[in-house]
Amino acid sequence: MNFIPPDFAPASSEIFMLIMVCVVMLADLAAGEGRRYVAYLITQITLLGCAILTFVTFSTESTLTFHGMFIDDSMADTLKLMVYGTVSAVLVYSHSYMADRGMLKGEFFSLILFATLGMMVMISASHFLTLYIGLELLSLSLYALVALRRESLMATEAAMKFFVLGALASGFLLYGMSLVYGATGTLHVSMLAQIIQSGASSKEVLVVGLVFIVAGIAFKLSAAPFHMWAPDVYQGAPTAVTLFVGSAPKLAAFGFVMRLLVEGMGEMVTDWQGMLVILAVLSMAVGNIAAIAQTNIKRMLAYSTISHMGFLLLGFISADTNGYSSSLFYVIAYVLMTLGTFAMVMLLCRYGFEAENIDDFKGLNKRSSLYAFITLLLMLSLTGIPPMIGFYAKFAVLQAVVNAGYVWLAVVGVLFSLIGAFYYLRIIKLMYFDEPETIEPIVSNSDVRILLSANGFAVLALGIFPQSLMGLSLYAIQNSM
Amino acid sequence: MSFEFPLLSLIIWLPIVFGVAVFATGDDRNAQIARWISLIGSILGFLVAIPLYTNFDSATGAMQFLENYQWFERFNVNYHIGVDGISMPLILLNCFITPIVVVAGWEVIKERVSQYMGAFLIMSGIVNGVFSSLDAILFYVFWEASLIPMFLIIGIWGGPNRVYAAIKFFLYTLLGSLLMLIAFIYLYHASEGSFSIEDYHNLAIPMTPQILIFIAFLLAFAVKVPMWPVHTWLPDAHVEAPTGGSVVLAAILLKLGGYGFLRFSLPIAPDASHYLAEMMIVLSLIAVVYIGLIALMQADMKKLIAYSSVAHMGFVTLGFFLLNAYGIEGAMVQMISHGFISGAMFLCVGVLYDRLHSRQIADYGGVVNKMPVFAAFFMLFAMANAGLPGTSGFVGEFMVIMSAIKVNFWYAFFAATTLITGAAYTLWMYKRVIFGAVASPGVESLQDISKREFGLLAILAISVLWIGIYPFPLTEVMHATVDQLLTHVSNSKL
Repeated sequence: MNFIPPDFAPASSEIFMLIMVCVVMLADLAAGEGRRYVAYLITQITLLGCAILTFVTFSTESTLTFHGMFIDDSMADTLKLMVYGTVSAVLVYSHSYMADRGMLKGEFFSLILFATLGMMVMISASHFLTLYIGLELLSLSLYALVALRRESLMATEAAMKFFVLGALASGFLLYGMSLVYGATGTLHVSMLAQIIQSGASSKEVLVVGLVFIVAGIAFKLSAAPFHMWAPDVYQGAPTAVTLFVGSAPKLAAFGFVMRLLVEGMGEMVTDWQGMLVILAVLSMAVGNIAAIAQTNIKRMLAYSTISHMGFLLLGFISADTNGYSSSLFYVIAYVLMTLGTFAMVMLLCRYGFEAENIDDFKGLNKRSSLYAFITLLLMLSLTGIPPMIGFYAKFAVLQAVVNAGYVWLAVVGVLFSLIGAFYYLRIIKLMYFDEPETIEPIVSNSDVRILLSANGFAVLALGIFPQSLMGLSLYAIQNSM
Repeated sequence: MSFEFPLLSLIIWLPIVFGVAVFATGDDRNAQIARWISLIGSILGFLVAIPLYTNFDSATGAMQFLENYQWFERFNVNYHIGVDGISMPLILLNCFITPIVVVAGWEVIKERVSQYMGAFLIMSGIVNGVFSSLDAILFYVFWEASLIPMFLIIGIWGGPNRVYAAIKFFLYTLLGSLLMLIAFIYLYHASEGSFSIEDYHNLAIPMTPQILIFIAFLLAFAVKVPMWPVHTWLPDAHVEAPTGGSVVLAAILLKLGGYGFLRFSLPIAPDASHYLAEMMIVLSLIAVVYIGLIALMQADMKKLIAYSSVAHMGFVTLGFFLLNAYGIEGAMVQMISHGFISGAMFLCVGVLYDRLHSRQIADYGGVVNKMPVFAAFFMLFAMANAGLPGTSGFVGEFMVIMSAIKVNFWYAFFAATTLITGAAYTLWMYKRVIFGAVASPGVESLQDISKREFGLLAILAISVLWIGIYPFPLTEVMHATVDQLLTHVSNSKL
């Protein structure tokens, strides 16, 4: 038998990551209790190493390997670099929070790295099975991470809910994939596109499959009406895990949508466009309206995420490079803002005190005007007020939507973001207009302080000079289409 | 005429840089430093704006002091700024009001001084940016950014109901501007990838989109002006804002709406403007007549002046949509004059409020016995507010009424009732507050205005009289621009 070994080079960062996850587990075992920083450092080094590998091998054209199951293109590399940065920031923000609560165990790091590996595989998948494997690796790690605080009833419930609903969604996805396979006889993304284009497959079966696939995607993106898990998971999980769940996986989910819908089933655009319109409008409506009623900050941010995912989907509706790159820009901006926001929530937590309610933001300006100002920038950015980056993200998506001829959809989008403005303004109101309930100063390590300040001001600076990120998004999409 | 020095950028960014410097002074231990830096910054801001007037070429309607750099290439957005005869006077007004606001808050604001002063300086720079942007997205960025400092000013330093007022102010204005953003995006695609406002002026647009664009702009600008029936945020915001906030709101921020009509609605959608002019005139007249009557009934001085602002701004929109040169120039003069007068009126109420912490007319009476100098100033501004000839209030209203009579007698008739109602509500308030017997022990203990307050009111009094007696320097710079605007408006773009 003639076995040709595949080209490993395009997957070098994934392979490095896999090796390093094992190293982290072993090193943590050897270092033992009290020397957790070893695992922390190795994790950060791993991410840095992956970033260097990805950067060095940054590909301007698509390379397929592992018999066409794995693809390395500029979109994948861009998204992966963003994922490394996000995960690294998550770790910086969360390590003292987790340490205070006795959860800074080796498994925290290895689970996060496994999840990251899952995301990388998802982003680089060019075969439905690879996609599915990546997705499950990510999801299973996330279920475990949510349940990390195992004595907490809320966390266990959240993990349970997440797992059951997540498994259901995976089932949907698999069923959809199998229907597509039945209709076309292939699971390769690129061959799939060709077969659909040739018209040799049964359209009816494909559409039914597509419905299931879109439902699975909507669940993973937490788009309404498949959003039910998000508020509970956001609230129940330890805040550091919420930060992780809410940030990097959205980047992977973007890649996932691109691979499945755009690259694989791009010929069926008229079919999925309509479904995405419904998902987007519902998400913006449910997210923005339900967020108003929340008193728990994490739940509120969960609903805010749902509304942002609706906006993200708007970019796909225009179904062209312009729209996809706008969505990519949106998701990057969103991740940047989410990182800062949850980091602020964690900062307000103290030893033995969980900042859960939006009232915990009361009088922040009197306690620390720097952090209040950073939160102000983040909230305005989430609202979409210039000159913050959130505005340009909304602007890019809206112009793609108008370009595609859906002016009414753009109007719906801005009206819901007007509703959304209210609950972000409420946070600003609490920080600036109300008196603090406690005058305890806010304690933070210098690494968190520096990174959070950088994060907050990046929201402003990238808003004043948005070209770099916009150009990058456009470049990444253009080169991989 | 060429002017190589980036003067406009300096006018925009100098106050912002000073504002950031004021923020950097930190908490209230350095309050005095913060005050002085803001004063220096605001006065410098005014001084650098003067060459804008002296080097202005009033013979042309084209944009001057142009600067054009690429900002972000992805959507062909440029840092494109310049001024014409419409925006230049408004920039000067803004730069003039800023030092006044800083001085007005000098002793009154004791808490978080650096944030207060910094917010005003930054807002001043942002507003200059709004008036000089020639790129739609740059305009939009400045336009929205101006919401943030005002929101904080009302919310932090305002009166008891400040939170409600601040959020109402923010959401109302955001609603209007978001639809304007969509209109810009539509125009971007219609013009095949340009955000330049001047390109839009020559862009052919069919009637239906033109009307929709007009309505999107209308919502944005009508809320800012504010026109009836979307004016309800203004009295709340004014009542709760600190004195400086009220002054800036009335003198500057309302002008953004009026400016928007001239820069966007009229030249970009001229056919829709003609088509809907009658509706706009009726809305404006309702503001003039009905809001004037509402002002009559107010028990709160600030609310009264707020409603009188709405009525006066009704004159501005009326003047615009008469669509002739006299009307538009009159409306422009009215905008500038209203900036001085309403600012001065709010300062006068602020003077009383700082002493007795009440804005209720009923709490005062006989103030003239204790504050004769103040009473004299207040008298002048009240007369100007009522439109007395010889003050700036008269010039604009007279020009607008003159041009209205050419269009339709009844427009002029209803507009002219303002001379009665305006006099009624202003002078009646003046009588109840200033004249009569000393009403309470509080009034008995009043001290007349300090040197600081005297200086502020004197400068404004001179301006009001100057425009009232000799408005030529102001109207002269507008002629060419207004003529050019009218050619845009009279050419159909269907």
